[in-house]
Amino acid sequence: MTRFVERHPAWALIIIIAVAVALWLIFAVWPPGLEEAIGRKRVFLNALFNGITLGGLYFLVASGFTLIFGLMRNVNLAHGSLYLFGGYVGYAISASTGSWILSFIVAFILTALVGVLLQLLVFRRMEGQDLRQTMVTIGLSIVFADLMLWACGGDFYQVQTPNWLIGPIELPLITAVKSSGEPVYLRYPLVRLVIFLASVIIGIAMWLALNRTRIGMIIRAGVDDRDILAATGVRIQIVFVLVFALGAGLAGIAGVVGGTFQSLSPGEDIRFLLASLVVVIVGGMGSIPGAALGALIIGLAEQLGSVYIPTYAIVVTFLIMVLVLALRPQGLLARR
Amino acid sequence: MLKGSLGLIALSSLLLSGTAFAQEKIKVGVTATLEGTYTVLGEDGIRGFQTALNVLGKKVGDKELEFVIASTDATPDSAVRAVRKLIEQDKVQILLSPLSGDEGIAVKNFAKTHPELTFINAASGAQETTYVDPAPNFFRYNMDGAQWQVGLGKYAYDEKKYRKIATVGEDYSFIYTQVFGLVLEFCGAGGQVTNRQWVPLGTKDFASVIAALPDDVDAIYLGLGGADAVNFLNQYQQAGGKAHLMGGSIMIDQTILSSKGNAKNALVGTLAASGQADTWEDPGWQKFVKDYQDAFPPNKRFPSPSLLATNYYGSTMALVLALRQVNGDLSDNQSKYKAALAKIELDAPNGKIKLDANRQAIGTNFVTEVVDDGKGALFSKVVKVIPNVNQTLGYDPAVFAKIGLPSRTVPECKKY
Repeated sequence: MTRFVERHPAWALIIIIAVAVALWLIFAVWPPGLEEAIGRKRVFLNALFNGITLGGLYFLVASGFTLIFGLMRNVNLAHGSLYLFGGYVGYAISASTGSWILSFIVAFILTALVGVLLQLLVFRRMEGQDLRQTMVTIGLSIVFADLMLWACGGDFYQVQTPNWLIGPIELPLITAVKSSGEPVYLRYPLVRLVIFLASVIIGIAMWLALNRTRIGMIIRAGVDDRDILAATGVRIQIVFVLVFALGAGLAGIAGVVGGTFQSLSPGEDIRFLLASLVVVIVGGMGSIPGAALGALIIGLAEQLGSVYIPTYAIVVTFLIMVLVLALRPQGLLARR
Repeated sequence: MLKGSLGLIALSSLLLSGTAFAQEKIKVGVTATLEGTYTVLGEDGIRGFQTALNVLGKKVGDKELEFVIASTDATPDSAVRAVRKLIEQDKVQILLSPLSGDEGIAVKNFAKTHPELTFINAASGAQETTYVDPAPNFFRYNMDGAQWQVGLGKYAYDEKKYRKIATVGEDYSFIYTQVFGLVLEFCGAGGQVTNRQWVPLGTKDFASVIAALPDDVDAIYLGLGGADAVNFLNQYQQAGGKAHLMGGSIMIDQTILSSKGNAKNALVGTLAASGQADTWEDPGWQKFVKDYQDAFPPNKRFPSPSLLATNYYGSTMALVLALRQVNGDLSDNQSKYKAALAKIELDAPNGKIKLDANRQAIGTNFVTEVVDDGKGALFSKVVKVIPNVNQTLGYDPAVFAKIGLPSRTVPECKKY
């Protein structure tokens, strides 16, 4: 931190000012002039929170994607299909048992199993052949999409939100002051906050597992140099299967999350594959903190864009990607 | 052995195709949105089309109709690609296409490059398709989005006493046309439309859009369809939204009213207008509903046909009946067939339909309210039936032309 300030004093100043402005925008009661210029504070705060919570969902999908890429150098373009599959499984479980929590567990296990099968039956047979793997995963994603269309139809599915999560809660953030002097607090959907918290916990747990445990050490060593790691006697194939299972399972969990606060239908697989590609390109291929930062940036850009420049909202995401590719092609937080 | 059996297969397939050629076929290409946001709409459209074939049969004189179905995703380029494929690869002679608004404008323009063929609009409802520079070989037997809103603005103002409303709609031609019809009538009656929000087709996260909805309005009009509508309702419920709602023609439709989950319950009591009403007493409509229900098992269809099924049914009806009038004669660049199509008057399930000089339907419109049937299924109940709605919505054509074409900001909220 202090090293960063010493090395880039100008950047540090800009960042500090930006953080201060953001904090002021969030906590202060807006003066009328500002409300006239950029709209009500409620809208801004909602867009901000939505961006952050949407970023949480993107992180869940993209972290698995980036983990698999980081270790195996394998661009798994069937990742979106795993997302959708997890969502459908979650829907089936929550519809038949009524338990939201159980649907996460089953979705994680089943998609992780699909991931294991993919690794054992497909990727292991073409190790180190990037192009072949990529083509095969494209093919698989098309096959999976049609199989799911056949099984589930084109209908929209929504995973039922449990009753205790329906409706908004009041946050201690003042959006406006009524003429009587009484403050109006921000009301925000509870389910989105819970999902965001869950993704933060998963992110921290993953970071801890990678940086503080033995298996994490092995995975990090594998990311740096797979061949040397194998030469030291680690059974690398087992590590591959484990990582693939974890990455796929995370996509499955993300599917249930997406099915809860959005909906599941054919085409969602491609959308989330694209989103996680963009997130990972912005954040840096193979980096978990990069996926978190990229997800946050893309989520915020989508939501703030949809409120303040609705016409060009779609372009903003890709503009960010283009900028990152132009200025820092390895991604914002890539290690190499 | 292998060679022998291969030869046998080749021979028998030759024989089979030989017998098939003995009977002359008329090839018809059909497109529907079987991918993307509007998948459910496309699927039900195809159900309506099949119901029509069940009722009418596939024979025209001694010729047999053969259908090729192609899939689109509601974007104009996907529709043109599908239509081009049907014409160039499958050699179809008649097209039943497309489903969605922007697709309609693109296919109409494409139709001009094939003046020898006949294009029958399947369900698309943008105003521009037949109002601006219409193609002489493009026929539309459903009303456009603005016609489908006739009656709604007045009913909301007079009966519900709404004075100020805001709209949220998908950012493309059909919804522009729907909002056009609503605003024209609501503002004409004296109401105010304070805010019009547009979201891209295929938006998933509506939370910020919902937060930006104004509080100081009597009702919020939703011009959404397919997955977008379901997502909106789901997130609206999570945000604790309580406003009165009004709905467009594909919002208050079985495609949404029978979606899974309970978010749709926010729609009970919602006022809407469309080219059909689920609970209409008319015997023709009731017969159509029964035909539709009999044609598919309950888990493969909606409780009652959606607007898309009705439109595809009506278009298919026009296609087959006009073809029978000319006894399948498609000679001379299909001129006899086109003349028959322009003249035909349909006794469609949703009321009588005839075409105007631009080959655009004049038909019946319905103002509806969403009711719960007591068993958890939602239906649109008729509150008002308005016959003979034309494309200029009863305005003098010169006055109507001055209003301008539907867009994000047209028409202005005033009396024309």
